[in-house]
Amino acid sequence: MAGAKEIRGQIKSIKNTQKITKAMEMVAASKMRKAQDRMLETRPYAEKIRQVIGHVAMANAEYRHPYLIEREAHRVGIIVISTDRGLCGGLNVNLFKKTVQTMKEWQAQGAEIDLCLVGSKARQFFRRMGGNVVANVDNLGDKPRLSDLIGPIKAMLSAYDEGHIDRLILVENEFVNTMTQRPRVTKLLPVEPSEEPSLEHHWDYIYEPDTAPVLDTLLTRYIESVVYQAVVENVACEMAARMVAMKSASDNAGNLIDELQLVYNKARQAAITQEISEIVSGAAAV
Amino acid sequence: MSMTFHVDIVSAEESIFSGTAHMLVAPAEHGEVGILPRHSQYVSLLKPGEVRIRISDSGEEQNIYISGGVLEVQPHVVTVLADTAIRAKDLDEAEALEAKRRAEDALANQRADFDYARAQSELAEAAARLRMIQKLRRSSSQQ
Repeated sequence: MAGAKEIRGQIKSIKNTQKITKAMEMVAASKMRKAQDRMLETRPYAEKIRQVIGHVAMANAEYRHPYLIEREAHRVGIIVISTDRGLCGGLNVNLFKKTVQTMKEWQAQGAEIDLCLVGSKARQFFRRMGGNVVANVDNLGDKPRLSDLIGPIKAMLSAYDEGHIDRLILVENEFVNTMTQRPRVTKLLPVEPSEEPSLEHHWDYIYEPDTAPVLDTLLTRYIESVVYQAVVENVACEMAARMVAMKSASDNAGNLIDELQLVYNKARQAAITQEISEIVSGAAAV
Repeated sequence: MSMTFHVDIVSAEESIFSGTAHMLVAPAEHGEVGILPRHSQYVSLLKPGEVRIRISDSGEEQNIYISGGVLEVQPHVVTVLADTAIRAKDLDEAEALEAKRRAEDALANQRADFDYARAQSELAEAAARLRMIQKLRRSSSQQ
C-alpha cells in the first residue's frame, strides 16, 4: 500500500513549510511598509539639491563643473543595486538581465565597463558572469545607511574625476507598486541640467565661500542621495517581491495539501476495503 | 506680530525638522551666520556644529547638531541640507579604498563561490534522482 502514514508525514512537512512561508510573507509586508515610508522621507533632500544645482548651474555659465560636461564615452561605470538575500522572486534576475543588456549596448559602441556592485546577490552573479568589478558593498540590511555607501560612490566619482570613466550609470529596481517592480537604468554622470525655466528671475545667491566648492559639494551629495534613494527603493522592492513570492508559495502549499489529503483519504479507504474483503473471504472459507 | 519664515532641515535619510522660526543660526564655513526673515538668497557650506532655531517670540530655541552640510536661504524659506556623517576628504578616500578592496576580495575568492554553485547543482541533481526513485517505488508497490 502507498502507506497512509507516509502521506500523512508528507502533509505535515508541507504544512510546516507553509507556516514558514506565511511568516515570511507577513514579515515582508510589514517591512515593506516601513521601507516605503523611508523612501518618501528621502525625497525632499534630493529634490531640494536638484533645485539648487539647477539654479547654480544656470546662474554661473562661466564655471563648468566636470560633472556637467558631456564627454565621449570610452569607459562606462555602472552601479548595480541588488538585494542581499534571495527568496524574492525574479527581482534580481530581471535586474541582472537589464544590466547585461545595458553592458552589451555600451560594448557595442566600443566602450569598456567598470562595475560597482551593491548587494551580495550582484556580487555572486558577476563573479560567475565575469566583469571588471571595481567597488563592492553588501550587507546593508533593511535600514541602509548613507555612510556605508559613501565609499563605493566615492570610488566611482574619483574614477570619473580622473577620467577613467566617462559615464556613470545606475541600474536599480523601480518600485511601481506592490505587484510590479521594474528594472530601471538612469544616467548619473554627467548630470543633465533640469529643464525648469528658472532663468526668468534674475536673482542669484550670495555664495560662501565660493561658487565652485558649493557646486562641488552639492553635486557629490546629489549623486550620493540618488544612489541612496535607489538603495532604499530597492529594499522596498525586495520586500514587496518577497511578499508576493511567499504568498504564492503559501497558496501552492495549500493546494498541495488539499491534493495530498485526497490521496490520503483514498489510501485509507482502500486499506479498510481490503481488510473487510479479507475478513469476508476468510469467513466464507471457513 | 513679528515675522517668521519656514525652516526645513533634511538629510539624505530623513527629515529632521520642519516648522516656522523667527531666527536661525548656523555654523557656516566662515563663521556663524544668523538668518532673519527676508534674508536675501544665500548658499553656504556648513561646518559640523549646532543649528539653533528660535521657534517663538519668547526666545524658545531648538538646537540641532549637524555634521556639516549646505545652507540654502530664500526670503521666506530656509533649507538645511544636513550630512548624515562626519565628512572629510581623507575619510571618504579611506572608504573608497575599502570598497575597492572588497571588490578585489570578491574576485580572489572566485573558487570558493564556484564550488558552492557546483555543490548546489549536485544537490539539486541528487534530490531529483531521489524523487524519481521514490516515484518508481510507489508505482511498483501500487501494482
